[in-house]
Amino acid sequence: MTKIELTVNGARHSREVEDRTLLVDLLRDQLGLTGTHVGCDTSQCGCCTVHVNGRAIKSCTLLAVQASGAEVVTIEGMAQGGKLHPVQQAFTDCHALQCGFCTPGMIMAVTALLRDNPHPSDEEIYHGLEGNLCRCTGYINIVKAVKQAAQTLG
Amino acid sequence: MFEFKYLQAKTLSEAAAFVAANPDAKLLAGGMTLIPTLKQRLAQPSHLVDIGGLPELRGIEVKDGKLVLGAATRHQEVATSPVVRQVLPALAYLAGQIGDPQVRNRGTIGGSVSNNDPAADYPAAVLALGATIVTTRREIDAGDFFQGMFATALDAGEIIVRLSFPLPRRAAYMKFPHPASGYAMTGVFVAETKTGIRVAVTGAGPGVFRWSDAESALAKQLHPAALDALAVAAGDLNEDIHATREYRANLVKVMARRAVQKLLEQ
Repeated sequence: MTKIELTVNGARHSREVEDRTLLVDLLRDQLGLTGTHVGCDTSQCGCCTVHVNGRAIKSCTLLAVQASGAEVVTIEGMAQGGKLHPVQQAFTDCHALQCGFCTPGMIMAVTALLRDNPHPSDEEIYHGLEGNLCRCTGYINIVKAVKQAAQTLG
Repeated sequence: MFEFKYLQAKTLSEAAAFVAANPDAKLLAGGMTLIPTLKQRLAQPSHLVDIGGLPELRGIEVKDGKLVLGAATRHQEVATSPVVRQVLPALAYLAGQIGDPQVRNRGTIGGSVSNNDPAADYPAAVLALGATIVTTRREIDAGDFFQGMFATALDAGEIIVRLSFPLPRRAAYMKFPHPASGYAMTGVFVAETKTGIRVAVTGAGPGVFRWSDAESALAKQLHPAALDALAVAAGDLNEDIHATREYRANLVKVMARRAVQKLLEQ
């Protein structure tokens, strides 16, 4: 067991974890943040994407101990003051989800993509979302939402 | 995952001493291969020694005509570094094609090279450019470093510190990625160096290799057509559910042609 301290969505947490605990399991099972999903558990699907120190990562492929001292943001930390984040709003407006399972990971990946590249081309959007799978194949509207969010965020 | 003890290394020498004294300990950098391996219970290390955050393993600089990258430099940093993009754009491009953005945010060049996955991208650049691998104990030429599937010249407890790439006149990388994983079904790195044309192939065989017939042909005529008459022997190449060895043999030629074309467009 190792004691870790980390900030999740602005709140500081201190926990004793088994060294082999994955970040996603800490978030879901110990902190109750079940918005971060586990899709494939093999680093392929991106459903578990969260931000660690501002970068998108797959939380099923990071140990909780590796995130000690880090700033973590999950889907629960995106809306502020009851107002959806522009990327969340764009996903709603463009109906960029069908079953919704991949959506939290998509939104975290899209937010990181737009931070690095505020006005991506179609090709850059495809390349930037290669780490996220939508099993409903709703990619057309997801790409539409990325473009709308890019406009809103300026 | 089986149980293990996690240790965060404070210095490189501490990490090297610990791994040398504990043969079942494993080094952890980005963890993009190691953690999935542990999750499948394909490895059972006693300890994970995390060297991913060591300042001694970081940094991107040009020194004496060489691009020097710290071993814990992440793929995303190589892909977006203004320095790499200026002096060795083919390497920045290659780094930007590895895995996906989330993987590139964690994975490191030292981890990729020391793992030596036969379908990894970096080994093609390291071998084609004739890079030097600087470890905690010595300097190793790329030609001596890669020793077949997941095998390298690294001894137990030896850690890659940095990689030093002699700058080529021009270079280009083209790969045919596996459509799901992004790994190279075949990737070809062509470099026009001060000592001649070098062609390295990854993904097709049991380990990265130089395609010497292509190097000779391109030395006479640096054009995609120079490769037309060459035959790639399929016998030693990989065969799996994704592609036959004959298919991979064809891909070697196709990717090499595209890489040469891309090199000429610079």
